[in-house]
Amino acid sequence: MTTTEETPIGYGRMHRKEDVRFLRGHGTYVDDVTLPGMLHGAVLRSPYAHAKIVSIDTSAAEAHPKVRAVITGETLAGLNLAWMPTLSNDVQAVLATDKVRFQGQEVAFVVAEDRYSARDALELIDVDYEALEPVVDARKALDPDAPVIRDDVEGRTDNHIFDWETGDKARTDEVFANAEVVTTQDMLYPRVHPAPLETCGSVADMDPITGKLTVWTTTQAPHAHRTLYALVAGLPEHKIRVISPDIGGGFGNKVGIYPGYVCSIVGSILTGKPVKWVEDRSENLMSTSFARDYHMHGEIASTKDGKILGIRVKVLADHGAFNGTAQPTKYPAGFFGVFTGSYDIEAAHAEVTGVYTNKAPGGVAYACSFRITEAVYLVERLVDVLAHELDMDPARLRMKNLLQPDQFPYQSKTGWEYDSGDYPRTLAKALDLVHYDDLRAEQAKRRESGSQELMGIGVAFFTEAVGAGPRNKMDILGLGMADGAELRIHPTGKAVLRLSCQTQGQGHETTFAQIVAEELGISPEDIDVVHGDTDQTPFGLGTYGSRSTPVSGAATAVVARKVRERAKIVASAMLEVGADDLEWEKGRWFVKGDPGAGKSIQDIAMAAHSSLELPEGIEGQLDATCVYNPPNLTYPFGAYVCVVDVDAGTGQVKVRDFVAVDDCGVRINPMIVEGQVHGGLADGLGMALMQVMAFDEDGNHLGGSFMDYLLPTSMECPSWRLDETVTPSPHHPIGAKGVGESATVGSPAAVVNAVVDALKPYGVRHADMPLTPAAVWCALRGKPFRTDLAIT
Amino acid sequence: MRITVTVDGTEYSDEVEPRTLLVHYLRETLGKVGTVIGCDTSNCGACTVHLNGHSVKSCSVLAVQADGCEITTIEGLARDGQLHPVQQAFHDNHALQCGYCTPGMIMQSIDLLADNPDPDEKAVREGLEGNLCRCTGYQNIVRAVRDAAHHMSPGAGPEAERVSEDVRAPSAIGGE
Repeated sequence: MTTTEETPIGYGRMHRKEDVRFLRGHGTYVDDVTLPGMLHGAVLRSPYAHAKIVSIDTSAAEAHPKVRAVITGETLAGLNLAWMPTLSNDVQAVLATDKVRFQGQEVAFVVAEDRYSARDALELIDVDYEALEPVVDARKALDPDAPVIRDDVEGRTDNHIFDWETGDKARTDEVFANAEVVTTQDMLYPRVHPAPLETCGSVADMDPITGKLTVWTTTQAPHAHRTLYALVAGLPEHKIRVISPDIGGGFGNKVGIYPGYVCSIVGSILTGKPVKWVEDRSENLMSTSFARDYHMHGEIASTKDGKILGIRVKVLADHGAFNGTAQPTKYPAGFFGVFTGSYDIEAAHAEVTGVYTNKAPGGVAYACSFRITEAVYLVERLVDVLAHELDMDPARLRMKNLLQPDQFPYQSKTGWEYDSGDYPRTLAKALDLVHYDDLRAEQAKRRESGSQELMGIGVAFFTEAVGAGPRNKMDILGLGMADGAELRIHPTGKAVLRLSCQTQGQGHETTFAQIVAEELGISPEDIDVVHGDTDQTPFGLGTYGSRSTPVSGAATAVVARKVRERAKIVASAMLEVGADDLEWEKGRWFVKGDPGAGKSIQDIAMAAHSSLELPEGIEGQLDATCVYNPPNLTYPFGAYVCVVDVDAGTGQVKVRDFVAVDDCGVRINPMIVEGQVHGGLADGLGMALMQVMAFDEDGNHLGGSFMDYLLPTSMECPSWRLDETVTPSPHHPIGAKGVGESATVGSPAAVVNAVVDALKPYGVRHADMPLTPAAVWCALRGKPFRTDLAIT
Repeated sequence: MRITVTVDGTEYSDEVEPRTLLVHYLRETLGKVGTVIGCDTSNCGACTVHLNGHSVKSCSVLAVQADGCEITTIEGLARDGQLHPVQQAFHDNHALQCGYCTPGMIMQSIDLLADNPDPDEKAVREGLEGNLCRCTGYQNIVRAVRDAAHHMSPGAGPEAERVSEDVRAPSAIGGE
């Protein structure tokens, strides 16, 4: 691995503090939590995609000797909990009352003494369904005769959720009308699922004596969950404690509130005992937040010599039966508005229409940074399609159109202000590293030879937008997207940092300690990072959208600087000099011109807790708090190149090489950044080649287990080759940008571009993900098919 | 049904239902929650433990089938506070993130190294095909296994976790 210009802060490639427990099986995940008297819950799910519930008979289940409670929608309706609000101001059925709207939907909840008995009792519940015609194909959801899914809303006569647009339509139409070249491509970003290895679950413990509810739960946003439970259940917020313990991966799957969480809480309230609910894999895949499912019609306008002028897009977004998409309130299509990508264009416009279908809710998940996966895939495919039309090299076409370093901060045509970038340098680095010209020569030779092993080279250049966000623009259900941090230095100079973000493996316990270490000169080993417990941490919106480093990382640097300033006042009292006479070097304040006269942060911490007389207004002790309201997002970027070999006889794709050059500004811990990129590249490869949740015409979910929903193993993944450039974010306190989702955002287009490039001699210009052997084989024969439907 | 098993060096005797999966017996009866569950179709390998020295997916074994057997879980690897060389190599090479696949991945890696004390990259990837990871993209795991092999050889082969006293001494590579 080449790492030519890393400028990590402080302790750089420090090994992870959290490994100590995970390596020995001493992590504490939700299903590891056991409480005295704890009961187990299980969910009965709908076998139909769309059906009226005629009756539910729970008597046999209730008679099971180990069953303590059976909860139905009727039970919940009595508590006004049969429906719950979603993160998109829609409502979602907790347990179905009137009808079921997707296969796998929650219908009843059994609480029993052990998990086997709870599952047994599910079999004893008798539900009488009356099947209804389902809406499976999003493109038919708005047909006049389409069945109305959401007839729970009075007066609703169709499946339309929202229309949203961005950019200048008139100007864009004008650019397209006058352009020399206009190229169009339909593409589907199919429905996939984040599939964290640990599924969702919770242990709810309502203490009937104190009236305090404690919920251990798989949440990426514990504080937001607490507030929502308070608002929905009517419990006072100080009587709710949400604990997000170790989380076995999130990837956006664990942002929202699922019916199972609510049922475990209700189960605990009804039985007076703690109730655990942990879903199995098929439940996770069938009912929790899916990702993508964007049907995109893209157009790109250019001059004959390849100057890109404009992009115009229409999107049909399949949101499933309830609009549960997780994004800031004013952004119903997330940050899809960054679809102009990394290019300097004259005009752009996009329209997005959201529709209901008989599928599980979700949409924003799986490292998408609020729909940027879709935006980047669209623009990077369009640029390749344009290159195909112009018969230009796709890397050269990109180089010609990339934003230049002196254009930053850059105001995009859809209203985003990119903070910093040096795109040409990063692309050049990736092309050098992969030996791009040699590869093209090899490809030409291969094509000439008529070999049945086709070779493809795919390039993608992406700009991300992460770190939501400025609270005057971005909120989730009214909660502004600022994040808190609290730092307390103990008398002996050790520290505790309390954060509102919630790691799910990204290494916050290490990297946030490194930020404090850099600012204060305290060893990271001496800094405990506390997160996930709403009773112990400041309010904030949690970890997703690669927002931890941009928001909480900034809060951490700021709070450490506040402590440093407090320490300066204490040091001046200790040294009996004016504070203005002091100078900081890492770990100590000393007298200007007299470096020997100084006090370490540890000495200062003890003095701050001692009987030392402090200036008026200084309270003693050494701590600070901060709420960081980011002025802007951060815009990391990257250049990816994928090389594939495709067997023309079988359609099998083999990724031969993958080069990823990422620029996330200042790298706190390069080792951890590289791990993030490795994981995201595997995600992207999986999406491009393997993963899809397809449906048949009856709305049966065909990707409901790991037998059908294929994740890449060690065999499919190549040895990733990484490099980096460093273009700091000017507005971030330590110049760091988010990076966690970059690789997932950037890599699918690189893989698809590579496969389509391999098929170019066969006249193929596009084929939809996943490019399974069957999909490639059909594309080679001029018969590409829709990957989201089993029957087309 | 009463079963008697030795888990991480301690003998246990318990009444279990015949249908009880080994992974649930380990987690819920014995409290060995280091071994975790990631799927319901035997694909992910997060529940991998050693049964008489060989790796098995404990979600696909009944507890009654383990009667009379010796089981090692992730919790039984480190001895006297010192990590097994494979655990240490996972740490050194940043081969884990969320940590959820890690116990199974480490148990499978030890089994793999027992079969092949010095595997090349391809052999490691093949040997770990039954273990899914959602965080690492596998690269650092592959590196860690090869790194561990170099620290364990020679003679760390068969039943690596049980001959640990012999292999551990020369392979101490800096503690945590």
